[in-house]
Amino acid sequence: MVTQEAVEASSLRVREVSKSFPLPDEPTTRRLALDNVSLSLTAGELVSLVGPSGCGKSTLLRLIAGLDSPDSGELMVGAESITGPNAERGLVFQDPNLFPWLTVRRNIEAGLVARHVLKEKRHEVDEFMRLVGLESFAGAYPHHLSGGMAQRVALARALINHPKVLLLDEPLGALDAFTRMRMQDEVLRLWQARRTTMLLVTHDIDESIYMSDRIVIMTQRPGRIERTIPVALERPRDRSSADFLQLRGEILELLHFAGNAVAI
Amino acid sequence: MLQKETGPGGGEVDQAWTEGAPRTAPPASITASLRTWLPVTAATAICLGIHWFVSSTELPAETRSYFVFLWSVLGVSLVLAGAQIGWPALRRWMRQMGPIFSVALLTLGLWEMITSGFRWLPLPYFPSPAGVFQSLINDRALLFDSTWHSLILLLSGYALGVVAGLISGICIGWSSPVRYWGMPILKVVGPIPATAWIPLAMVVSPSAIFSAAALIALAVWFPVTMLTASGISNTRASYLDVARTLGAGRRFLIFRVAIPAALPSIFIGLFMGLGASFLTLVVAETVGVKSGLGWYVSWAQGWAEYGKVFAALVIMAAFFSTIMTLLFKVRDRVLVWQKGVIKW
Repeated sequence: MVTQEAVEASSLRVREVSKSFPLPDEPTTRRLALDNVSLSLTAGELVSLVGPSGCGKSTLLRLIAGLDSPDSGELMVGAESITGPNAERGLVFQDPNLFPWLTVRRNIEAGLVARHVLKEKRHEVDEFMRLVGLESFAGAYPHHLSGGMAQRVALARALINHPKVLLLDEPLGALDAFTRMRMQDEVLRLWQARRTTMLLVTHDIDESIYMSDRIVIMTQRPGRIERTIPVALERPRDRSSADFLQLRGEILELLHFAGNAVAI
Repeated sequence: MLQKETGPGGGEVDQAWTEGAPRTAPPASITASLRTWLPVTAATAICLGIHWFVSSTELPAETRSYFVFLWSVLGVSLVLAGAQIGWPALRRWMRQMGPIFSVALLTLGLWEMITSGFRWLPLPYFPSPAGVFQSLINDRALLFDSTWHSLILLLSGYALGVVAGLISGICIGWSSPVRYWGMPILKVVGPIPATAWIPLAMVVSPSAIFSAAALIALAVWFPVTMLTASGISNTRASYLDVARTLGAGRRFLIFRVAIPAALPSIFIGLFMGLGASFLTLVVAETVGVKSGLGWYVSWAQGWAEYGKVFAALVIMAAFFSTIMTLLFKVRDRVLVWQKGVIKW
């Protein structure tokens, strides 16, 4: 059983965070990418971030990962504030970004090597390769893998560090519809088995309803949180159930409205 | 073993043999492959004919070893033609190399006709292949010695240049302060051909060998530094981001992400450096160092022994291309993960 302390340690809080970037043409003026964004995930929660492109979803994820720092505001995992990238916050991109010079096995090992714990934890590599069903591809190089397989390796590579928070930046966005649905189940299976706190950026509304406990809808320019919608459907969810479709309709309407608001 | 499917230069022929073809070939392909190898034997026979005809007017001592050489080639080609019947790997190789060998042998024959045969080219500047072969045999001790000295000088200079180039390239590629100060130096000093430093190097350094090694190193250093730096600084940012979120420190980022990612570019630098090192080696040996193949060529030219000049060129061709081939082999080993991604 997971203790109460550990549960709280893997909660995620984003408080009044703003972030701006210099414009590529005029470096002196800055554009606000995130405006006063607050978000909080309880431990073990799976939350989706949905919104039009350019609404700062990926920026927010990079801030949480510690790859960028905010202009103002505070980001915290448990009781610790985020100051830089760390193995306790895993990140999976749309492009699996596997190291092409390493075999599948060595890619999955990378986190252990980086943290100098390969010797003690070598047995876990096999465990994670089994977990994502890639035992027979241990010696293959990434360019031999299909998109779905590569993304499974990327998931295993991020999970081997046992991150408290897993950040997913449109991880299934580049996959075909069938592979994508299979991978959604696979991610859910990993999440249910490990109860990692997960923040999933997606532009696929069906995906967000199918997978998450809550859906956070963001608006564009500057990126703001428009609304948070809890998904109270029972798991495993049925993509064609009436409740599912109704929720889908609501969100679509909301996004359309949000889009208009910006246009005016 | 996905990455081991095609051999070097392997085309469809290779594929056909590696993928489930029976080890003993059907009889039809034996005659087919005999037909592909027959030109080699025929070309050798033509060369023998030309040589026999042309050399009848010359001293036997000058021409005998070339006879021995051609007869040996003929013998070997016949033995191979027989051996390939029960040896598919050999047959594959012969089928691929047959046309090249045939044309190479015919070129020898043509060369002999132009030189000793019709005497279209002025002597002694253009000796016949028989004369060159004779020089090769007669002067083998000195040629071997020269090759050995060239090898030592080349390897020491190249190794020094590669090590220096990798270190400076990694530093320039990774750290922006180093790039700020290092890049101008690289851009100003690098393009000067290493051979242009020879007059200065001869004054400054106590020993010609030492300064030659330093010049070769300089010639190698520039392209290796340039391409290492460019490879390192062009490392995909997302690889570094991923590594950071996996808990990587700076050592991991440099040695396990940036350098492996830069390796394809680094190898281009190593190849360019190798070419530059050959050039610098020969020039340095011609003007300063009193040993090696470059020295041998100018020494033989001083005595108007052009047979020896050509002999040394033949040795150089074999020597340099062997080293080049070795570097290719190393690259294929190191960059095995690229196979199938990039056509070399």
